Amino acid sequence: MMDGAGREGIVVARGLTKRFGDFEAVHGIDFSIERGESFGFLGPNGAGKTSTMRMISAVSQPTSGSLSVFGLDPRDDGPEIRARLGVVPQEDTLELELTVRLNLEMFGRYFDLPRRVLRERADELLAFSQLSERADDKVDNLSGGMKRRLTIARALINRPDLLILDEPTTGLDPQARHLLWERLYRLKREGVTLIITTHYMDEAEQLCDRLVVMDRGAIVAEGTPRQLIADHSTREVVELRFGTDAHEQFERDLARFAQRIEILPDRILLYVDDGDETLREVHASGITPASALVRRSSLEDVFLRLTGRTLVD
Amino acid sequence: MLTRTLPRFGSRRSWHIFERNFAVYRSQWLMLVSGFFEPLFYLLSVGIGLNHLIAPQLVGGRFISYATFVAPGMLATSAMNGAVIDSIFNTFFRLKISHSYDAVLSTPLDVTDVALGEVWWALGRAAIYAASFITCMVLLGDAGSAWVVLCWPAALVTSLAFSCAGLAAATYIRSWQDFDLVTLIQLPLFLFSGTFFPITLYPHWLGAIISISPLYQSAALMRGLSLGQFDVVMLGRVAYLVALALAGLWLAARRFQRILVP
Repeated sequence: MMDGAGREGIVVARGLTKRFGDFEAVHGIDFSIERGESFGFLGPNGAGKTSTMRMISAVSQPTSGSLSVFGLDPRDDGPEIRARLGVVPQEDTLELELTVRLNLEMFGRYFDLPRRVLRERADELLAFSQLSERADDKVDNLSGGMKRRLTIARALINRPDLLILDEPTTGLDPQARHLLWERLYRLKREGVTLIITTHYMDEAEQLCDRLVVMDRGAIVAEGTPRQLIADHSTREVVELRFGTDAHEQFERDLARFAQRIEILPDRILLYVDDGDETLREVHASGITPASALVRRSSLEDVFLRLTGRTLVD
Repeated sequence: MLTRTLPRFGSRRSWHIFERNFAVYRSQWLMLVSGFFEPLFYLLSVGIGLNHLIAPQLVGGRFISYATFVAPGMLATSAMNGAVIDSIFNTFFRLKISHSYDAVLSTPLDVTDVALGEVWWALGRAAIYAASFITCMVLLGDAGSAWVVLCWPAALVTSLAFSCAGLAAATYIRSWQDFDLVTLIQLPLFLFSGTFFPITLYPHWLGAIISISPLYQSAALMRGLSLGQFDVVMLGRVAYLVALALAGLWLAARRFQRILVP
């Protein structure tokens, strides 16, 4: 299947829909992912990211619409597609009764790989995920970060062309996250296409060439991280605190300084192009905040603008 | 579902589930050993102990020792226990606790491969246990005749029936507490299915109810085979067990589909 620009996408979806009974988790989304790209799905909980991942992984069947993975249809060619995929699920699904090494080797058997090949690959992957010393330990005894690394190593046992990671770093400490990111860069350099869902915006900015923001089952924005910031936010943000809860009273006075103003319980955000200049103007007008911070707009600002600040679940 | 399931029985992909289970068992060799000794202990305690207290029984016009009477029932029971524990306990663990089936389904294997692989494994295990049990029966002199070798395929059919039913049951289990329910069904089956004494000793109506029990069907089948007393009803018993297996497998594959790949 061709994408909009006439290129052959590794994953192409048109009007892709998933319904569970009366609930429509994904409604009619379109996207196209190119070979070698790292593509992000962002969105709050319940946005339909995981449902979309499961359809791409040829595990769950689309209710309607078209989907092509490696040019194949997951409805008919599930096993062929899954043979070329690596999947890192949101929650670890390791074999708790088996050792670290056997988790890799047994998993490789599901892909019909010969034992000799698997022994070599397991060695490589243990080194890759810095688990060589724990090879003969039961998985149950590993730390959360180690389990996560093993889950990723396991997803690589069949040398996949496409690696799907559903919230790969949720629950990890910063060291473990950075190690994982570094490993994912390496894979990307080797030409593996990555699909990542996350709700860490810094992760998306770090890892994704291109991403879509999903909200309530639909795609609400699409582009490179930089492009999304340009399209949906200003260059900089001024954060003002006044040491009082009555922020509303400042709204009228401050609104004229900014392209957009947002009043939060603890601070006021001014979306502007030049933060320092705006701050000078604010001071010049006689308004003196208790504290002020000028920062660049981030993907997080875009995310909150597009999907709202209220909790979904 | 069944028409799609059965032709793939023993497919290469479902065989990998067998391999995986074997890897787990290799690291839990104690469980393998206990599976072998449990029936042997039954044979020894009931056989040697009660054999001296209970007079030889008249079965089908022939007097046999109590041990010879009770051994086929024990074989049926051990086939049931092995199959039920293995399929319910392990399947529940992988389905709801470790979620390792979810990982398996991200490989070329699908739900049918998983269900068949588990049954395949249960059969393999049962084949070994039943063979060792029958060997013990012969060595202890508890075999009714040389036809006792036919108890082996009968034990496989019994294991098949109970593991398919167990596979289906496992999908309904919500937490470890629900295992009490399993015991609640298993124990009376064990005690009242004509394993220890003929059901003709029960009032007629109760006997009729008990004859519905799959364990009774299996025990009666094995007793007949062990003694070399054949009749047409045996075919009905086999059919009953096969029907239970098919129904269990059908339900299990359906439930797996619903739980794992909604």
